[in-house]
Amino acid sequence: MAPLQVELVAADREVWSGEASMVSARSVEGDMGIMPGHEPTLVVLAEGEVRVHGTDGPRKVHIDGGFLSVDQDKVTIVSEVVEGIDG
Amino acid sequence: MGAQIRVYRQRIRSVSATKKITRAMELMAASRVVKARTAVLESAPYTHALTTALSALATHSNYDHPMTTEVENPTRAGVLILTSDRGLAGAYASGTMKESERLIGELRADGKEVVPYLVGRKAVSYYKFRGRDYAAEWTGNTEKPQVERARAISERLIEDFLRPTEEGGLDEIHVVYTRFNTMVNQQARVLRLLPIEVVDAPEDANHDGVKDILPLYQFEPNAEEVLHTMLPRYVTARIWTCLLSAATSELAARQRAMKSATDNAENLINTYTRLANQARQAEITQEISEIVGGASALAESK
Repeated sequence: MAPLQVELVAADREVWSGEASMVSARSVEGDMGIMPGHEPTLVVLAEGEVRVHGTDGPRKVHIDGGFLSVDQDKVTIVSEVVEGIDG
Repeated sequence: MGAQIRVYRQRIRSVSATKKITRAMELMAASRVVKARTAVLESAPYTHALTTALSALATHSNYDHPMTTEVENPTRAGVLILTSDRGLAGAYASGTMKESERLIGELRADGKEVVPYLVGRKAVSYYKFRGRDYAAEWTGNTEKPQVERARAISERLIEDFLRPTEEGGLDEIHVVYTRFNTMVNQQARVLRLLPIEVVDAPEDANHDGVKDILPLYQFEPNAEEVLHTMLPRYVTARIWTCLLSAATSELAARQRAMKSATDNAENLINTYTRLANQARQAEITQEISEIVGGASALAESK
């Protein structure tokens, strides 16, 4: 299946963008994972970790809450403050 | 050395010192304006993502939020004025203040009570000097705004907006800021921040002439909750955009003002150098004519 196109956006910059096989994030109602073929969704995210399983390796960032939108395998994670992008 | 020359030399020295300062400020503003413009570009994905999500939300839900609802008879209006901390930027701060005065006059003419919120020491001193009241101030770091500042402002404004009018709440909020058009053109603008005007997603026709249909979104936990978290963030993003634009304009205005100050200093130095040369020449001529006069007087007396 085609990989997800992921954009991780903070208020002052685009933190990361690329392809991933799976994204998991903590919504206000609990952890959720997004894989290719997910239905279009807008989710409110709680403060916590977002894990992106990129095609070039996993990444983990901490966000202060925000939201996530999925639309035709395009995932946008939006948060005012995004901390610690590591390989 | 004649007194005249000494005065001119002194002036030249003092103008050169000023020129050095204005030149340094010009270069500093020039390098910072580049950074500020990059910051504006880097903030674009965030605003774009928020706007897309919000318009998708607006098309698919009919839930009314107080932040998007127009009050029938607005009686109190908040005005957020974005100026600079420092002067020496030409007409930057006064241009913004003038535009804000115009807006306030208009709002008052409509019978609304105006509540000012000030950003930048220039606006604060403008209000203090005239002995006017204002609701809140944020000063410092206007050249290089931080996201935290945008959030602090938006939290305060939303809090005041959501309070009932009888308890000192606001019915609408406007922002006066300077929009950065180009390096030589910045313009004081007014933008209505709240209530948010919900514009339905533009129905763009794509290449085949087929309209892109926004997908039917699933909302988690529900549309109301999503709207509730997204609207304050949208307000913050708009304030943030205004702050960045104002900062870029301030730097561009400062660079231009300092450039003309440096040019003026250069002209002054040229003029004074000429005058000093003339005075020196006049002194020499006088000395020669004195010597010649003295010599001929001696020769005649023999």
